Amino acid sequence: MHSLLQKFGRLLVIWLPLGWLGIFFMLPLVEMVNVSLSEARRAVPPYNPAFQIGKDGISFQPVVDNYLLIYEYWEDYLWPAVNSVRLAFFSTLYCLLFAYPMAWWIARSNKSLQHILLVLILMPFWTSSLLRMYALIGLLNPNGVINDFLIWAGITVTPIQMMQTDFSIYSGMILTYLPLMILPLYASLVRLDNSVLEAAADLGAKNWDIFRTIILPLSMPGVIAGCLLVFIPAVGEFVIPALLGGPEQLMLGKVIWTEFFRNRDWPVAAAIAIILIAIIILPIVYARYQDKESIS
Amino acid sequence: MTPFIRIQNISKKFGKLLAVDDVSFNLERGELFSLLGPSGCGKTTLLRMLAGFEKPSEGYIEIDGQNMANVDPADRPVNIMFQSYALFPHMSVSNNIAYGLKRASLPSDEIKARVEELLRLVHLSGMGARKPSTLSGGQRQRVALARALARRPKLLLLDEPLAALDKKLRSETQFELVNIQEQLGTTFIVVTHDQEEAMTLSTRIGVMDNGKLVQTATPNEIYEKPETRFVADFVGDISFLEATVIERTGKYWLMEAATPIYAIGSSTLTSGMKVSLAIRPEKITLTSQSTGHLNEFPVEIEDWAFYGAGTQYKVIGPDGIKLKVYQSHNQPSHANPRHLETGFVHFSPDATIILEG
Repeated sequence: MHSLLQKFGRLLVIWLPLGWLGIFFMLPLVEMVNVSLSEARRAVPPYNPAFQIGKDGISFQPVVDNYLLIYEYWEDYLWPAVNSVRLAFFSTLYCLLFAYPMAWWIARSNKSLQHILLVLILMPFWTSSLLRMYALIGLLNPNGVINDFLIWAGITVTPIQMMQTDFSIYSGMILTYLPLMILPLYASLVRLDNSVLEAAADLGAKNWDIFRTIILPLSMPGVIAGCLLVFIPAVGEFVIPALLGGPEQLMLGKVIWTEFFRNRDWPVAAAIAIILIAIIILPIVYARYQDKESIS
Repeated sequence: MTPFIRIQNISKKFGKLLAVDDVSFNLERGELFSLLGPSGCGKTTLLRMLAGFEKPSEGYIEIDGQNMANVDPADRPVNIMFQSYALFPHMSVSNNIAYGLKRASLPSDEIKARVEELLRLVHLSGMGARKPSTLSGGQRQRVALARALARRPKLLLLDEPLAALDKKLRSETQFELVNIQEQLGTTFIVVTHDQEEAMTLSTRIGVMDNGKLVQTATPNEIYEKPETRFVADFVGDISFLEATVIERTGKYWLMEAATPIYAIGSSTLTSGMKVSLAIRPEKITLTSQSTGHLNEFPVEIEDWAFYGAGTQYKVIGPDGIKLKVYQSHNQPSHANPRHLETGFVHFSPDATIILEG
């Protein structure tokens, strides 16, 4: 009886989240593919589903017009896509450069300090992201706190333009995504055995050499995980550039939003989203494949 | 002539804790020296100071005439083999061994030849391409040894080199280690808590207790002539008898320890002095009948344990004095003496060790 209960419990623990993922993650994705292959119409919902279960039984009549449309007007989508990938790339790079020394420092602190520092890292997540962006605007505005201080201190006469620049955008991106980079880096650095570093020093390696030949390669899983965790949501990000950047920064996320809500063209919006997913996932799959190759 | 390695009045404080307390000793070139002591006695701290990972609070270390005070671990002519081996998990066996050679910017064909030579030395030829995670514990230990030897250090430090191996592998590796040491002539310092390991490996042993080096001598001397109760107790099995010196009778001193005992001792003893008599279990003979030997008294047998090659007894003598007795099974009469409940023990006066104070 007891073991039966245990077995049931084990099945529940595994299958409940899996079922949850299947229903609430996989099905919407499938539905999005479905929408992207459907025809737009003026009705509710604003498309004629390609795959349908109705009175007349099951029907599947996919159309590729939406993808063809994107292909036809590719120039309209290329620059937002380039903007998004560039934003995601540099956000990931800056986060990595900021996060690595911090993660290293946390991982090398004593255990009790580590816990405090990790909580501090996660603290920004306790407030809404939007609120934090407005706080940043309050700091960076021409009449914001920083400019007020610089003018008061006599360092500058006129306010320095910080809003609507790359600086403001990347400040917002780093503010939002840094913890996602620090945590996996910390997790891989904290497992690094101190005697391995001492062995390297003992064998004649100086600081930079130890970092390059031992620490960096051994923390690579953390680097990869952190970069993926930042890059993937950053590609779809459009709120931060919209709030902190200039009007010329059109992001793919914004284009999708416009298609969905302004043009009410769900199929085209879905098709862009699917292409975006493909652009993100293919390099990852490729990297995984390469990884397997190098192991065997 | 100055000694090859000179450790002079070394102390190390961690906050208020005195981990190493005024340790001095010298080593000749090619010695295999063991630092023996229980965990927490400061032996590993001393080793880490030799490697350069810790700075001594006081004292200095000289290697081949060169003071190590301001020399980085990377620049010392010293290499260390860690207890955990600390192999680089992301590198092949060859790259692990080549690591120190590459830091020294040697030409690549020279590195390649040296790695091959070391792989042969530790019997791992053909395993160079493997990753450490695919090796057995014994193989990893040999990779660690090869890596530490690669730069031809003047001094090799080994931190509990055999602790992670199982018992059978340990004794094989012990001989292997001594072989390699003799072959290369490198000076070794081995840190160990295992007295058997220290005995079999070393030319000399330094016994540490509580941060202090309490005795430095050959394995034989450490075993036969321990200078303190701690050394006698830590190295091998031993029994202690509390005794009072009565008088000198000819060659021997007569003592009183619930029963009269004759012991060999120095002339610094005086009548009425309190001393500890220490006796190794294998120096005591257990018989069923009285044999009329010197230092004989009746005992009750409290317990025994069969060891294959011999049997260890716990016996209780007059006044409750407790002794450990080891009887080898090398004689038929000793092959199965377990039925005894009472008997007699005797030991030669030369077998006793007198520890003053």
